[in-house]
Amino acid sequence: MKQTVLTVTENIPLTASVYRMRLEGAIGENRPGQFVEIALPGRFLRRPISVCGARGGELTLIYKVVGHGTEQMSALEEGARLDVLTGLGSGYRIERAGNAPLLVGGGVGVPPLYGLAKELINKGKTVSVVLGFNTADEIFYEDEFRALGCAVTVTTADGSYGVSGFVTDALPENASYFYACGPLPMLKALCKKTDIPGEVSLEERMGCGFGACMGCSVMTASGAKRVCREGPVFKKEELIW
Amino acid sequence: MVNTRVTLCGITLDNPVIPASGTFGFGYEFAELYDINLLGTFSFKGTTRENRFGNPTPRIAECTAGMINAVGLQNPGVEKVVSEELPKLGKVFHKPVMANVSGFSVEDYACTCAILDREEQVGWLEVNVSCPNVHGGGMSFGTDPEAAASVTRAVKAVTKKPVIIKLSPNVTDIVSIAKACEEAGADGISLINTLLGMRIDLKTGRPIIANTMGGFSGPAIFPVALRMVYQVSKAVNIPVVGMGGVSSAEDVVEMMMAGACAVEVGAANLIDPYASLRIVKALPETMEKYGISDLNDIIGKAH
Repeated sequence: MKQTVLTVTENIPLTASVYRMRLEGAIGENRPGQFVEIALPGRFLRRPISVCGARGGELTLIYKVVGHGTEQMSALEEGARLDVLTGLGSGYRIERAGNAPLLVGGGVGVPPLYGLAKELINKGKTVSVVLGFNTADEIFYEDEFRALGCAVTVTTADGSYGVSGFVTDALPENASYFYACGPLPMLKALCKKTDIPGEVSLEERMGCGFGACMGCSVMTASGAKRVCREGPVFKKEELIW
Repeated sequence: MVNTRVTLCGITLDNPVIPASGTFGFGYEFAELYDINLLGTFSFKGTTRENRFGNPTPRIAECTAGMINAVGLQNPGVEKVVSEELPKLGKVFHKPVMANVSGFSVEDYACTCAILDREEQVGWLEVNVSCPNVHGGGMSFGTDPEAAASVTRAVKAVTKKPVIIKLSPNVTDIVSIAKACEEAGADGISLINTLLGMRIDLKTGRPIIANTMGGFSGPAIFPVALRMVYQVSKAVNIPVVGMGGVSSAEDVVEMMMAGACAVEVGAANLIDPYASLRIVKALPETMEKYGISDLNDIIGKAH
Protein backbone atom coordinates (compact mmCIF):
# COMPACT_ATOMS: atom_id res chain seq x y z
CA MET A 1 0.00 0.00 0.00
CA LYS A 2 1.14 3.49 -0.80
CA GLN A 3 -0.51 6.83 -0.06
CA THR A 4 0.08 9.20 -2.96
CA VAL A 5 -1.28 12.28 -4.69
CA LEU A 6 -2.01 11.72 -8.38
CA THR A 7 -3.03 14.09 -11.17
CA VAL A 8 -5.94 13.36 -13.50
CA THR A 9 -4.72 13.34 -17.11
CA GLU A 10 -7.85 11.91 -18.74
CA ASN A 11 -11.46 11.32 -17.63
CA ILE A 12 -13.70 10.34 -20.53
CA PRO A 13 -16.95 8.39 -20.93
CA LEU A 14 -16.70 4.98 -22.63
CA THR A 15 -20.46 4.39 -22.44
CA ALA A 16 -23.38 6.34 -20.89
CA SER A 17 -22.29 5.45 -17.36
CA VAL A 18 -18.77 3.99 -17.59
CA TYR A 19 -15.74 6.29 -17.54
CA ARG A 20 -12.02 5.87 -18.02
CA MET A 21 -9.73 7.90 -15.80
CA ARG A 22 -6.00 8.14 -16.24
CA LEU A 23 -3.86 9.37 -13.35
CA GLU A 24 -0.19 10.34 -13.27
CA GLY A 25 2.31 10.42 -10.44
CA ALA A 26 4.16 8.12 -8.06
CA ILE A 27 1.67 5.27 -8.39
CA GLY A 28 3.70 2.59 -6.58
CA GLU A 29 3.30 -1.07 -7.46
CA ASN A 30 -0.10 -2.18 -8.80
CA ARG A 31 -0.60 -5.78 -9.88
CA PRO A 32 -3.61 -6.97 -11.94
CA GLY A 33 -6.58 -7.59 -9.65
CA GLN A 34 -5.47 -5.06 -7.06
CA PHE A 35 -7.43 -1.87 -6.43
CA VAL A 36 -7.00 1.72 -5.28
CA GLU A 37 -8.95 3.85 -2.78
CA ILE A 38 -9.65 7.42 -3.89
CA ALA A 39 -10.43 10.24 -1.46
CA LEU A 40 -12.97 12.73 -2.81
CA PRO A 41 -13.56 16.20 -1.34
CA GLY A 42 -16.63 16.20 0.92
CA ARG A 43 -16.99 12.40 1.00
CA PHE A 44 -15.97 10.68 4.23
CA LEU A 45 -14.99 7.29 2.87
CA ARG A 46 -12.64 6.66 -0.02
CA ARG A 47 -13.92 4.97 -3.23
CA PRO A 48 -12.46 1.56 -4.02
CA ILE A 49 -11.81 1.20 -7.78
CA SER A 50 -10.15 -1.75 -9.52
CA VAL A 51 -6.98 -1.13 -11.51
CA CYS A 52 -7.34 -1.57 -15.27
CA GLY A 53 -3.73 -0.84 -16.06
CA ALA A 54 -0.53 0.48 -14.48
CA ARG A 55 2.58 1.41 -16.38
CA GLY A 56 5.46 3.63 -15.32
CA GLY A 57 3.83 6.57 -13.59
CA GLU A 58 0.40 6.11 -15.14
CA LEU A 59 -2.62 4.40 -13.63
CA THR A 60 -5.71 3.58 -15.70
CA LEU A 61 -9.05 3.09 -13.96
CA ILE A 62 -12.41 2.27 -15.50
CA TYR A 63 -15.38 2.93 -13.23
CA LYS A 64 -19.15 3.03 -13.41
CA VAL A 65 -21.20 5.91 -12.04
CA VAL A 66 -23.36 4.21 -9.41
CA GLY A 67 -23.73 6.85 -6.69
CA HIS A 68 -22.75 10.31 -5.49
CA GLY A 69 -19.05 9.53 -5.17
CA THR A 70 -18.54 8.09 -8.65
CA GLU A 71 -20.74 10.87 -10.05
CA GLN A 72 -18.36 13.36 -8.45
CA MET A 73 -15.42 11.45 -9.96
CA SER A 74 -16.97 11.65 -13.42
CA ALA A 75 -17.02 15.47 -13.19
CA LEU A 76 -13.29 15.77 -12.42
CA GLU A 77 -11.27 17.58 -15.05
CA GLU A 78 -7.73 17.12 -16.28
CA GLY A 79 -5.29 18.52 -13.78
CA ALA A 80 -7.40 17.63 -10.72
CA ARG A 81 -5.29 16.17 -7.92
CA LEU A 82 -6.49 13.18 -5.90
CA ASP A 83 -5.30 11.57 -2.66
CA VAL A 84 -5.08 7.86 -3.53
CA LEU A 85 -4.08 4.68 -1.70
CA THR A 86 -2.59 2.34 -4.31
CA GLY A 87 -1.57 -1.31 -4.46
CA LEU A 88 -4.42 -2.62 -2.29
CA GLY A 89 -5.56 -6.24 -2.06
CA SER A 90 -4.08 -9.50 -3.24
CA GLY A 91 -4.44 -9.48 -7.03
CA TYR A 92 -4.68 -12.40 -9.46
CA ARG A 93 -2.25 -15.29 -9.18
CA ILE A 94 -0.66 -15.18 -12.63
CA GLU A 95 1.50 -18.24 -11.99
CA ARG A 96 -1.60 -20.46 -11.94
CA ALA A 97 -2.69 -19.58 -15.50
CA GLY A 98 -1.49 -22.64 -17.42
CA ASN A 99 -1.07 -22.29 -21.19
CA ALA A 100 -4.60 -21.29 -22.16
CA PRO A 101 -6.19 -19.11 -19.49
CA LEU A 102 -9.78 -17.89 -19.80
CA LEU A 103 -10.79 -14.43 -18.61
CA VAL A 104 -14.48 -13.84 -17.86
CA GLY A 105 -15.77 -10.34 -17.13
CA GLY A 106 -19.24 -8.98 -16.56
CA GLY A 107 -20.04 -5.28 -17.00
CA VAL A 108 -17.84 -3.07 -14.85
CA GLY A 109 -16.04 -6.26 -13.76
CA VAL A 110 -14.22 -6.20 -17.11
CA PRO A 111 -11.51 -3.55 -16.35
CA PRO A 112 -9.20 -5.52 -13.99
CA LEU A 113 -9.07 -8.32 -16.58
CA TYR A 114 -7.52 -5.99 -19.14
CA GLY A 115 -4.29 -5.50 -17.17
CA LEU A 116 -4.28 -9.23 -16.45
CA ALA A 117 -4.71 -10.10 -20.16
CA LYS A 118 -1.78 -7.85 -21.04
CA GLU A 119 0.52 -9.64 -18.57
CA LEU A 120 -0.61 -13.10 -19.66
CA ILE A 121 -0.08 -12.26 -23.34
CA ASN A 122 3.39 -10.92 -22.49
CA LYS A 123 4.14 -14.28 -20.89
CA GLY A 124 3.23 -16.02 -24.16
CA LYS A 125 -0.12 -17.44 -23.03
CA THR A 126 -3.04 -18.13 -25.38
CA VAL A 127 -5.72 -15.96 -23.77
CA SER A 128 -9.47 -16.33 -24.34
CA VAL A 129 -11.79 -13.60 -23.09
CA VAL A 130 -15.56 -13.67 -22.60
CA LEU A 131 -17.11 -10.29 -21.86
CA GLY A 132 -20.75 -10.09 -20.79
CA PHE A 133 -22.93 -6.99 -20.95
CA ASN A 134 -26.66 -6.31 -20.66
CA THR A 135 -26.97 -4.62 -24.03
CA ALA A 136 -24.88 -3.42 -27.01
CA ASP A 137 -24.78 0.19 -25.69
CA GLU A 138 -22.90 -0.91 -22.58
CA ILE A 139 -20.03 -2.67 -24.34
CA PHE A 140 -16.52 -1.32 -23.85
CA TYR A 141 -12.95 -2.57 -24.43
CA GLU A 142 -13.84 -5.37 -26.88
CA ASP A 143 -11.38 -3.93 -29.42
CA GLU A 144 -8.72 -3.27 -26.80
CA PHE A 145 -8.70 -6.93 -25.72
CA ARG A 146 -8.52 -7.99 -29.40
CA ALA A 147 -5.61 -5.61 -30.00
CA LEU A 148 -3.67 -7.42 -27.24
CA GLY A 149 -4.10 -10.66 -29.18
CA CYS A 150 -6.87 -12.27 -27.10
CA ALA A 151 -9.67 -14.41 -28.61
CA VAL A 152 -12.69 -12.32 -27.59
CA THR A 153 -16.34 -13.34 -27.33
CA VAL A 154 -18.95 -10.78 -26.30
CA THR A 155 -22.34 -11.76 -24.90
CA THR A 156 -25.36 -9.51 -24.38
CA ALA A 157 -28.28 -10.47 -22.17
CA ASP A 158 -30.77 -8.90 -24.61
CA GLY A 159 -29.11 -10.36 -27.71
CA SER A 160 -28.40 -6.94 -29.23
CA TYR A 161 -24.75 -7.86 -29.95
CA GLY A 162 -22.58 -10.97 -30.10
CA VAL A 163 -23.78 -14.14 -28.44
CA SER A 164 -27.26 -13.79 -27.00
CA GLY A 165 -27.32 -14.71 -23.30
CA PHE A 166 -24.83 -14.75 -20.44
CA VAL A 167 -21.08 -15.39 -20.25
CA THR A 168 -21.85 -18.97 -19.22
CA ASP A 169 -23.47 -19.51 -22.65
CA ALA A 170 -20.21 -18.74 -24.46
CA LEU A 171 -17.43 -20.44 -22.49
CA PRO A 172 -14.69 -21.86 -24.77
CA GLU A 173 -13.56 -25.44 -24.26
CA ASN A 174 -10.08 -26.58 -23.23
CA ALA A 175 -9.17 -23.56 -21.11
CA SER A 176 -6.48 -24.30 -18.52
CA TYR A 177 -7.63 -21.93 -15.77
CA PHE A 178 -10.11 -19.09 -15.38
CA TYR A 179 -9.98 -15.58 -13.91
CA ALA A 180 -13.28 -13.77 -13.38
CA CYS A 181 -14.68 -10.47 -12.19
CA GLY A 182 -18.31 -9.36 -12.31
CA PRO A 183 -21.62 -9.43 -10.47
CA LEU A 184 -22.05 -12.14 -7.83
CA PRO A 185 -24.76 -14.12 -9.73
CA MET A 186 -22.41 -14.29 -12.74
CA LEU A 187 -19.51 -15.51 -10.61
CA LYS A 188 -21.69 -18.15 -8.95
CA ALA A 189 -23.09 -19.38 -12.29
CA LEU A 190 -19.59 -19.50 -13.77
CA CYS A 191 -18.09 -21.51 -10.91
CA LYS A 192 -21.02 -23.94 -11.17
CA LYS A 193 -20.79 -24.32 -14.93
CA THR A 194 -17.07 -24.91 -15.37
CA ASP A 195 -14.99 -27.78 -14.02
CA ILE A 196 -11.63 -26.09 -14.50
CA PRO A 197 -9.91 -24.40 -11.55
CA GLY A 198 -9.95 -20.64 -11.30
CA GLU A 199 -10.31 -17.55 -9.19
CA VAL A 200 -12.79 -14.71 -8.90
CA SER A 201 -12.66 -11.11 -7.73
CA LEU A 202 -15.34 -10.22 -5.19
CA GLU A 203 -16.91 -6.87 -4.46
CA GLU A 204 -18.10 -5.67 -1.05
CA ARG A 205 -18.91 -2.37 0.64
CA MET A 206 -15.65 -1.33 2.27
CA GLY A 207 -14.71 0.97 5.09
CA CYS A 208 -10.96 1.43 4.92
CA GLY A 209 -9.81 -0.81 2.04
CA PHE A 210 -6.59 -1.89 3.79
CA GLY A 211 -7.64 -4.42 6.40
CA ALA A 212 -8.26 -2.33 9.51
CA CYS A 213 -12.03 -2.13 9.93
CA MET A 214 -13.19 -5.67 9.08
CA GLY A 215 -16.15 -4.15 7.24
CA CYS A 216 -15.86 -6.25 4.08
CA SER A 217 -15.29 -9.73 5.48
CA VAL A 218 -16.43 -12.88 3.72
CA MET A 219 -16.58 -16.40 5.15
CA THR A 220 -14.40 -18.83 3.20
CA ALA A 221 -13.47 -22.50 3.45
CA SER A 222 -10.43 -21.41 5.46
CA GLY A 223 -12.24 -18.99 7.78
CA ALA A 224 -13.15 -15.29 7.71
CA LYS A 225 -11.20 -13.26 5.14
CA ARG A 226 -11.18 -9.56 4.33
CA VAL A 227 -12.18 -8.83 0.73
CA CYS A 228 -9.87 -5.78 0.83
CA ARG A 229 -6.80 -7.56 2.18
CA GLU A 230 -6.74 -11.33 1.59
CA GLY A 231 -9.04 -10.63 -1.42
CA PRO A 232 -10.54 -9.23 -3.52
CA VAL A 233 -9.39 -12.25 -5.55
CA PHE A 234 -10.25 -15.65 -4.07
CA LYS A 235 -9.66 -19.14 -5.44
CA LYS A 236 -12.84 -20.92 -6.53
CA GLU A 237 -12.40 -23.64 -3.92
CA GLU A 238 -12.13 -21.09 -1.10
CA LEU A 239 -15.58 -19.67 -1.68
CA ILE A 240 -18.64 -20.87 0.15
CA TRP A 241 -21.54 -19.90 -2.09
CA MET B 1 10.14 21.96 24.45
CA VAL B 2 6.58 20.95 25.36
CA ASN B 3 5.54 17.96 27.48
CA THR B 4 3.16 15.56 25.80
CA ARG B 5 3.55 12.84 28.43
CA VAL B 6 0.44 11.87 30.34
CA THR B 7 -0.40 9.14 32.82
CA LEU B 8 -3.29 6.74 32.38
CA CYS B 9 -4.12 4.65 35.46
CA GLY B 10 -0.51 4.67 36.64
CA ILE B 11 1.12 3.95 33.26
CA THR B 12 2.96 6.79 31.52
CA LEU B 13 2.24 7.42 27.85
CA ASP B 14 4.68 9.36 25.64
CA ASN B 15 1.65 11.13 24.25
CA PRO B 16 -2.11 10.85 24.77
CA VAL B 17 -2.89 9.56 21.26
CA ILE B 18 -4.42 6.07 21.20
CA PRO B 19 -5.91 4.48 18.05
CA ALA B 20 -9.31 3.15 19.08
CA SER B 21 -10.40 -0.47 19.07
CA GLY B 22 -11.82 -1.72 15.79
CA THR B 23 -9.95 0.82 13.70
CA PHE B 24 -6.42 -0.50 14.14
CA GLY B 25 -6.72 -4.30 14.07
CA PHE B 26 -3.85 -5.82 16.05
CA GLY B 27 -1.50 -3.17 14.75
CA TYR B 28 0.33 -4.94 11.88
CA GLU B 29 -1.37 -3.28 8.95
CA PHE B 30 -0.19 0.04 10.37
CA ALA B 31 3.23 -1.23 11.49
CA GLU B 32 3.92 -1.84 7.78
CA LEU B 33 3.43 1.89 7.21
CA TYR B 34 5.10 3.55 10.18
CA ASP B 35 6.67 2.88 13.57
CA ILE B 36 3.59 2.38 15.77
CA ASN B 37 5.79 2.85 18.85
CA LEU B 38 5.43 6.57 18.19
CA LEU B 39 1.84 6.29 19.44
CA GLY B 40 0.88 6.60 23.11
CA THR B 41 -0.49 3.07 22.80
CA PHE B 42 -3.40 1.53 20.91
CA SER B 43 -6.52 -0.39 21.81
CA PHE B 44 -6.63 -3.68 19.94
CA LYS B 45 -9.56 -5.25 18.11
CA GLY B 46 -12.49 -6.07 20.41
CA THR B 47 -11.90 -9.58 21.70
CA THR B 48 -14.49 -12.09 22.88
CA ARG B 49 -14.32 -15.49 24.58
CA GLU B 50 -15.13 -17.38 21.36
CA ASN B 51 -14.19 -16.48 17.79
CA ARG B 52 -16.79 -14.49 15.83
CA PHE B 53 -17.39 -13.73 12.16
CA GLY B 54 -19.68 -10.86 13.08
CA ASN B 55 -22.70 -9.66 11.16
CA PRO B 56 -23.65 -10.30 7.53
CA THR B 57 -22.48 -7.75 4.94
CA PRO B 58 -23.02 -5.00 3.94
CA ARG B 59 -21.82 -3.74 7.29
CA ILE B 60 -20.48 -0.32 6.26
CA ALA B 61 -22.45 2.77 5.18
CA GLU B 62 -21.14 6.25 4.48
CA CYS B 63 -22.66 9.34 6.13
CA THR B 64 -22.00 13.06 6.03
CA ALA B 65 -18.75 13.52 7.97
CA GLY B 66 -18.77 9.96 9.19
CA MET B 67 -19.71 6.35 8.68
CA ILE B 68 -21.84 3.57 10.11
CA ASN B 69 -20.35 0.19 10.87
CA ALA B 70 -22.09 -2.99 11.94
CA VAL B 71 -19.09 -5.33 11.96
CA GLY B 72 -20.33 -7.09 15.08
CA LEU B 73 -17.06 -7.85 16.86
CA GLN B 74 -15.35 -10.04 14.28
CA ASN B 75 -12.32 -11.50 16.07
CA PRO B 76 -10.45 -14.80 16.37
CA GLY B 77 -11.40 -15.34 20.04
CA VAL B 78 -9.26 -14.70 23.11
CA GLU B 79 -7.24 -17.94 22.93
CA LYS B 80 -6.03 -17.17 19.41
CA VAL B 81 -5.46 -13.52 20.29
CA VAL B 82 -3.11 -14.70 23.04
CA SER B 83 -1.43 -17.49 21.05
CA GLU B 84 -1.14 -15.78 17.64
CA GLU B 85 -1.84 -12.05 17.65
CA LEU B 86 0.03 -10.93 20.78
CA PRO B 87 3.32 -12.74 19.92
CA LYS B 88 3.24 -11.10 16.47
CA LEU B 89 2.41 -7.74 18.01
CA GLY B 90 5.29 -8.04 20.48
CA LYS B 91 7.73 -8.00 17.57
CA VAL B 92 6.58 -4.61 16.26
CA PHE B 93 5.19 -2.87 19.37
CA HIS B 94 7.21 -2.49 22.54
CA LYS B 95 4.82 -0.62 24.80
CA PRO B 96 1.91 -1.75 26.98
CA VAL B 97 -1.13 -2.28 24.75
CA MET B 98 -4.75 -1.69 25.66
CA ALA B 99 -6.77 -4.92 25.43
CA ASN B 100 -10.37 -4.32 24.36
CA VAL B 101 -12.82 -6.94 25.61
CA SER B 102 -16.48 -7.67 24.86
CA GLY B 103 -18.86 -10.32 26.09
CA PHE B 104 -22.37 -11.70 26.08
CA SER B 105 -22.58 -12.50 29.77
CA VAL B 106 -20.84 -11.32 32.94
CA GLU B 107 -19.02 -14.65 32.99
CA ASP B 108 -17.80 -14.10 29.40
CA TYR B 109 -16.23 -10.78 30.35
CA ALA B 110 -14.56 -12.26 33.42
CA CYS B 111 -13.25 -15.30 31.54
CA THR B 112 -11.75 -13.25 28.68
CA CYS B 113 -10.22 -10.70 31.06
CA ALA B 114 -8.73 -13.43 33.26
CA ILE B 115 -6.93 -14.87 30.21
CA LEU B 116 -5.67 -11.45 29.09
CA ASP B 117 -4.60 -10.62 32.65
CA ARG B 118 -1.78 -13.16 32.26
CA GLU B 119 -0.32 -11.34 29.24
CA GLU B 120 2.62 -9.15 30.10
CA GLN B 121 2.15 -6.78 27.18
CA VAL B 122 -1.41 -5.93 28.17
CA GLY B 123 -1.26 -2.68 30.11
CA TRP B 124 -4.96 -1.94 30.50
CA LEU B 125 -8.20 -3.82 30.01
CA GLU B 126 -10.71 -1.68 28.15
CA VAL B 127 -14.02 -3.37 28.79
CA ASN B 128 -16.57 -2.61 26.10
CA VAL B 129 -20.08 -2.55 27.57
CA SER B 130 -21.22 -0.51 24.62
CA CYS B 131 -21.08 -2.37 21.30
CA PRO B 132 -24.28 -1.46 19.43
CA ASN B 133 -23.85 -4.27 16.91
CA VAL B 134 -24.42 -7.44 18.87
CA HIS B 135 -27.60 -8.77 20.40
CA GLY B 136 -27.97 -10.03 23.94
CA GLY B 137 -24.74 -8.46 25.09
CA GLY B 138 -22.44 -5.56 24.45
CA MET B 139 -24.47 -2.41 24.71
CA SER B 140 -27.13 -3.98 26.92
CA PHE B 141 -24.54 -4.04 29.73
CA GLY B 142 -23.77 -0.39 29.20
CA THR B 143 -27.29 1.01 29.20
CA ASP B 144 -28.10 0.07 32.79
CA PRO B 145 -26.00 1.24 35.77
CA GLU B 146 -26.40 -1.99 37.72
CA ALA B 147 -25.47 -4.20 34.75
CA ALA B 148 -22.40 -2.07 33.99
CA ALA B 149 -21.41 -2.25 37.65
CA SER B 150 -21.77 -6.03 37.73
CA VAL B 151 -19.47 -6.41 34.70
CA THR B 152 -16.98 -4.04 36.37
CA ARG B 153 -16.98 -6.03 39.61
CA ALA B 154 -16.61 -9.35 37.80
CA VAL B 155 -13.64 -8.09 35.77
CA LYS B 156 -11.96 -6.40 38.71
CA ALA B 157 -12.12 -9.69 40.59
CA VAL B 158 -9.97 -11.46 37.99
CA THR B 159 -7.28 -8.89 37.19
CA LYS B 160 -4.76 -6.59 38.80
CA LYS B 161 -4.40 -4.58 35.60
CA PRO B 162 -6.23 -1.26 35.37
CA VAL B 163 -9.81 -1.72 34.18
CA ILE B 164 -11.26 0.97 31.92
CA ILE B 165 -14.97 0.66 31.17
CA LYS B 166 -15.93 1.85 27.67
CA LEU B 167 -19.36 3.43 27.71
CA SER B 168 -22.16 3.79 25.20
CA PRO B 169 -23.62 7.19 24.33
CA ASN B 170 -26.95 5.53 23.53
CA VAL B 171 -28.35 6.20 27.00
CA THR B 172 -30.40 8.89 28.71
CA ASP B 173 -27.96 9.50 31.56
CA ILE B 174 -24.35 8.51 30.90
CA VAL B 175 -23.17 10.10 34.16
CA SER B 176 -25.15 7.67 36.32
CA ILE B 177 -23.60 4.72 34.43
CA ALA B 178 -20.09 6.13 34.77
CA LYS B 179 -20.61 6.67 38.49
CA ALA B 180 -21.93 3.13 38.92
CA CYS B 181 -18.75 1.79 37.26
CA GLU B 182 -16.57 3.98 39.46
CA GLU B 183 -18.32 2.74 42.59
CA ALA B 184 -17.90 -0.84 41.38
CA GLY B 185 -14.14 -0.33 41.25
CA ALA B 186 -13.40 0.79 37.68
CA ASP B 187 -9.97 2.39 37.34
CA GLY B 188 -11.02 4.53 34.39
CA ILE B 189 -13.81 5.32 31.94
CA SER B 190 -13.50 5.61 28.18
CA LEU B 191 -16.17 7.18 26.03
CA ILE B 192 -17.91 7.39 23.67
CA ASN B 193 -18.56 4.26 21.65
CA THR B 194 -20.53 4.82 18.43
CA LEU B 195 -23.99 6.35 18.22
CA LEU B 196 -26.71 4.03 16.95
CA GLY B 197 -27.49 5.10 13.40
CA MET B 198 -29.07 4.00 10.13
CA ARG B 199 -29.10 4.71 6.38
CA ILE B 200 -31.58 3.64 3.70
CA ASP B 201 -30.76 2.91 0.04
CA LEU B 202 -33.10 5.15 -1.94
CA LYS B 203 -33.08 2.78 -4.92
CA THR B 204 -34.38 -0.20 -2.95
CA GLY B 205 -36.04 1.48 0.04
CA ARG B 206 -34.15 -0.98 2.26
CA PRO B 207 -31.55 -0.33 4.99
CA ILE B 208 -27.99 -0.23 3.57
CA ILE B 209 -26.66 -2.14 6.58
CA ALA B 210 -27.68 -5.83 6.53
CA ASN B 211 -28.18 -5.64 10.29
CA THR B 212 -30.48 -2.59 9.71
CA MET B 213 -28.66 -0.35 12.22
CA GLY B 214 -25.05 0.23 13.13
CA GLY B 215 -22.66 2.47 15.03
CA PHE B 216 -22.17 6.00 13.70
CA SER B 217 -18.66 7.43 14.07
CA GLY B 218 -16.50 10.11 12.51
CA PRO B 219 -16.05 13.89 12.88
CA ALA B 220 -19.83 14.44 12.95
CA ILE B 221 -20.08 12.96 16.46
CA PHE B 222 -17.22 14.99 17.99
CA PRO B 223 -19.41 17.62 19.75
CA VAL B 224 -21.62 14.90 21.28
CA ALA B 225 -18.55 12.99 22.47
CA LEU B 226 -16.93 16.14 23.85
CA ARG B 227 -20.09 17.01 25.80
CA MET B 228 -20.27 13.54 27.36
CA VAL B 229 -16.54 13.52 28.22
CA TYR B 230 -17.10 16.89 29.94
CA GLN B 231 -20.13 15.63 31.89
CA VAL B 232 -18.55 12.34 32.96
CA SER B 233 -15.13 13.73 33.87
CA LYS B 234 -16.79 16.35 36.07
CA ALA B 235 -18.75 13.66 37.89
CA VAL B 236 -16.11 10.98 38.52
CA ASN B 237 -12.71 10.94 40.21
CA ILE B 238 -11.10 8.33 37.96
CA PRO B 239 -9.29 9.03 34.67
CA VAL B 240 -11.40 9.52 31.55
CA VAL B 241 -10.27 8.59 28.04
CA GLY B 242 -12.09 10.70 25.46
CA MET B 243 -13.00 9.56 21.97
CA GLY B 244 -15.53 10.18 19.23
CA GLY B 245 -14.75 11.87 15.94
CA VAL B 246 -11.23 12.97 16.90
CA SER B 247 -9.28 13.71 13.73
CA SER B 248 -6.70 16.38 14.55
CA ALA B 249 -4.30 17.55 17.25
CA GLU B 250 -6.74 20.39 17.93
CA ASP B 251 -9.44 17.82 18.67
CA VAL B 252 -7.07 16.10 21.12
CA VAL B 253 -6.44 19.37 22.96
CA GLU B 254 -10.17 20.11 23.05
CA MET B 255 -10.99 16.63 24.42
CA MET B 256 -8.37 17.12 27.13
CA MET B 257 -9.75 20.53 28.05
CA ALA B 258 -13.13 18.79 28.39
CA GLY B 259 -11.57 16.44 30.94
CA ALA B 260 -9.88 13.57 29.09
CA CYS B 261 -6.41 12.52 30.23
CA ALA B 262 -5.86 10.55 27.02
CA VAL B 263 -7.65 10.51 23.68
CA GLU B 264 -8.58 7.72 21.30
CA VAL B 265 -8.68 8.18 17.54
CA GLY B 266 -11.12 5.95 15.65
CA ALA B 267 -12.70 6.43 12.24
CA ALA B 268 -9.93 8.83 11.16
CA ASN B 269 -7.56 5.83 10.91
CA LEU B 270 -9.84 4.23 8.34
CA ILE B 271 -9.78 7.06 5.84
CA ASP B 272 -6.16 8.06 6.41
CA PRO B 273 -3.90 5.22 7.59
CA TYR B 274 -1.43 7.83 8.84
CA ALA B 275 -4.05 9.81 10.82
CA SER B 276 -2.89 8.86 14.32
CA LEU B 277 0.78 9.45 13.46
CA ARG B 278 -0.13 12.79 11.90
CA ILE B 279 -1.90 13.80 15.12
CA VAL B 280 1.09 12.74 17.28
CA LYS B 281 3.43 14.81 15.10
CA ALA B 282 1.15 17.85 15.04
CA LEU B 283 0.60 17.88 18.78
CA PRO B 284 3.71 19.84 19.93
CA GLU B 285 3.12 22.57 17.34
CA THR B 286 -0.55 22.79 18.27
CA MET B 287 0.37 23.06 21.96
CA GLU B 288 2.80 25.89 21.22
CA LYS B 289 0.15 27.68 19.18
CA TYR B 290 -2.17 27.73 22.22
CA GLY B 291 0.57 28.43 24.77
CA ILE B 292 0.40 24.96 26.34
CA SER B 293 3.73 23.77 27.73
CA ASP B 294 2.41 20.65 29.48
CA LEU B 295 -0.68 18.70 28.43
CA ASN B 296 -1.33 17.79 32.05
CA ASP B 297 -2.10 21.45 32.74
CA ILE B 298 -5.13 21.48 30.44
CA ILE B 299 -6.94 18.33 31.54
CA GLY B 300 -10.41 19.50 32.55
CA LYS B 301 -9.55 23.15 32.02
CA ALA B 302 -13.11 23.79 30.82
CA HIS B 303 -14.63 22.59 34.10
